[in-house]
Amino acid sequence: MRHGKYPLIVTFLVPPVLLYVIFVVSPYLQAFQISTTDWLGYSAEADPVGLANFETLLHDGRVWNALKNNALLLAIVPVLTIGLGLFFATMLSMGGRKGRAGVTGVRGTAVYRMVYFFPQVLSVVIIALLWKEVYHPNSGLLNGALRAVGLPAPTWLGDPRTAFWCVLAVMVWANVGFYVVLFGAAMSAIPRDIYEAVLLDGASRWTTLRRITIPLLWDTVQVGWIYLAIAALDGFILIQQMTNGGPNFSSDVIGLRMYETAFGSESKFGYASAIGVVLFFLTLSVAVLALRAARRDRIEYS
Amino acid sequence: MNRRDILRRTAAAGLLATPAAGLLAGCATGGGGDDDAGDTYKGTKSDQNPLGVKEDAPLEVVIFNGGFGEEYAKAHEAMYKEKYPKAEIKHSATQEINKTLQPRFVDGTPPDVVNNSGAGQIDFNGLVSQNAIADLGDLLNAPSLDIPGKTVKDTLLPGAVEVGSYDGKFLVLNYTYTAYGIWHSTKLFADRGWSYAKTWDEHIALCKQIKAAGIAPWTYAGKHPRYMSWPLIATAIKFGGPSVATAIDNLEPNAWKSDAMKAAADAWHQIVKDKYILDGSPGLDHVQSQTAWCQGKAAFISCGSWLESEQKKVTPEGFNMTIQPTPSLGSGDKLPFEAIRGTAGEPFMVPAKAKNLAGGLEYFRVMLSKKGAQDFTRKVSSLTIVAGSTEGVDLPFGLASVVKALDASGSNGFNWVYNNYYRKLERELVDAACGEFFSGRIGPAEFLDQCQKGADSIAQDSSIKKYKRTA
Repeated sequence: MRHGKYPLIVTFLVPPVLLYVIFVVSPYLQAFQISTTDWLGYSAEADPVGLANFETLLHDGRVWNALKNNALLLAIVPVLTIGLGLFFATMLSMGGRKGRAGVTGVRGTAVYRMVYFFPQVLSVVIIALLWKEVYHPNSGLLNGALRAVGLPAPTWLGDPRTAFWCVLAVMVWANVGFYVVLFGAAMSAIPRDIYEAVLLDGASRWTTLRRITIPLLWDTVQVGWIYLAIAALDGFILIQQMTNGGPNFSSDVIGLRMYETAFGSESKFGYASAIGVVLFFLTLSVAVLALRAARRDRIEYS
Repeated sequence: MNRRDILRRTAAAGLLATPAAGLLAGCATGGGGDDDAGDTYKGTKSDQNPLGVKEDAPLEVVIFNGGFGEEYAKAHEAMYKEKYPKAEIKHSATQEINKTLQPRFVDGTPPDVVNNSGAGQIDFNGLVSQNAIADLGDLLNAPSLDIPGKTVKDTLLPGAVEVGSYDGKFLVLNYTYTAYGIWHSTKLFADRGWSYAKTWDEHIALCKQIKAAGIAPWTYAGKHPRYMSWPLIATAIKFGGPSVATAIDNLEPNAWKSDAMKAAADAWHQIVKDKYILDGSPGLDHVQSQTAWCQGKAAFISCGSWLESEQKKVTPEGFNMTIQPTPSLGSGDKLPFEAIRGTAGEPFMVPAKAKNLAGGLEYFRVMLSKKGAQDFTRKVSSLTIVAGSTEGVDLPFGLASVVKALDASGSNGFNWVYNNYYRKLERELVDAACGEFFSGRIGPAEFLDQCQKGADSIAQDSSIKKYKRTA
């Protein structure tokens, strides 16, 4: 059958690779070229300016401010999301104990699993609008509840001290469900007898999670980490919809800066492309670092 | 094959593909060129056809599908078609003017008429500095379509041409006439026995009274706090005269820190200090704050004359919103209390590379005819820059109050245009400063300082084209 393999591979591979090159790779390369020009976006004329855009970028306080926020997202969102995801997934697939033998989830697992996945079904814009109303300082769900129990009601998205963290919380909320399902699926691939053995040895739930589940799920966690790291460097849609970077740039992210520079308050496409190029290398480095840092021995079940 | 191998191989494939893609690179900026200038449609000029329209030339119109919808434009297109039955009109409407049209500008094949408006508006500074917009001078000098003996220019309200002019060239037709002021509900005020205050001290006293009655005197769009820069700058201009605005527009050093601006900022700080603003306002967007205002939770709000149609769905029956000028700071004000900011808005343009450039100008002539303008006012309840276009049109309560306010203001009316010249300055920089100021996190001096820093950063940015105006 060997002689039939290559035509098949070629037939299936060439069209997607071509599409990928035309619609993904070539715009990337163009962005590199545009980032060395002063193109303003509405004429065919663009003068090469070398690396001047990158130099401006180096001294652009707003860009650094946005990068700082992305760094915060990068440090917090993956940890929180994966932590919560692992916790919920564990509870759903092996949290139930009740003294019986065997490994089961807590009661109502099917319902929980569905509920957790809801945010994943909604579009990000809907999530943003939904939470904007939840955070509404006067008629929002959150402040309504706070007032009901006699606590002070902050302005949330209108206060530079809280706006960024409010969006960060939504980011975690919107992502956790997916990782619960992802980790849940990976956990169901772990042979049951391992757990039964651990159970017989009298391990607590926490030890089981730390010593058995996480090491066996490491590959999946690693993938989740990379996805979330990339998402943390973006965060554009939620921020743009919920705070538009404000108040006073306190929740600005690099994606929004790029958008504002090209399409929003200015039309500096050259400079925006330079921001894009920086973002490209940042994302790439973060992905590589995440892969490197998380490298461990692979465990194969047979 | 595991995941890492796939990643590695994909990277290798990417490298191989690079030379091929390199050939494609550059097409975003490589298209277009000036060689297609000869393809434009030209007709013979005559008394009937002062702009030289080719009668069978197709016309493409792109409308911003926002608060005004697109029906009014279809009516204007029908009027054009009536005059040039052989012309094929291509109509489209979008909310994303920018993303839809950017490739076409680059390509050198833009539509003939563009309603460049909304959140997805193309920054005019960029368009003007790239010579992407046609000069509308011929249009101004052409005779009006249905007002005999007058040129188009003669039929326009004062200030309409200046707003769309860059370095003395009239490039952008701002079709609507918008007044900016302070709004209140006539019903609420009548019920409570309050009347609108004409001086700042009285305004503060009234705020105190309103607060005592259990209503917040003010609310504003905390997510778009620039809405509050409008009454503040207006107060300064009324106090110090129109030169306050000219200085700001021309990015003069310390224009934001002029005595008039200081007086205005100090005055407005009072409503923050005395907590005359609805709690939570900094966290509201414009829809949420305007809705709170319509629900009677706050007495005053700052907005332009589009407020009434924007709030149509949530305004209670008999609410009767009224626009008023900003209160005077004192008897020393250079402009009377009645003076209000009136300006042309809703920008339309003909791209410089439009195939049917003459047709685009002629389409504007149709819009600026008495018939076209009246039809617009009737359909969307908004004023146009055509003088007297409200004659014989039944106006809703709020718009009628706008007409009244503009009449009272007359030649004392004022305006500023820095927001057109430098979109970023208002939308980002002054906006952020207003957010800090009206939430009480910074005082008047720091507020003006932050605005001035923003203006200075624009002034020092050599990649932004600068404009000057004289009066």
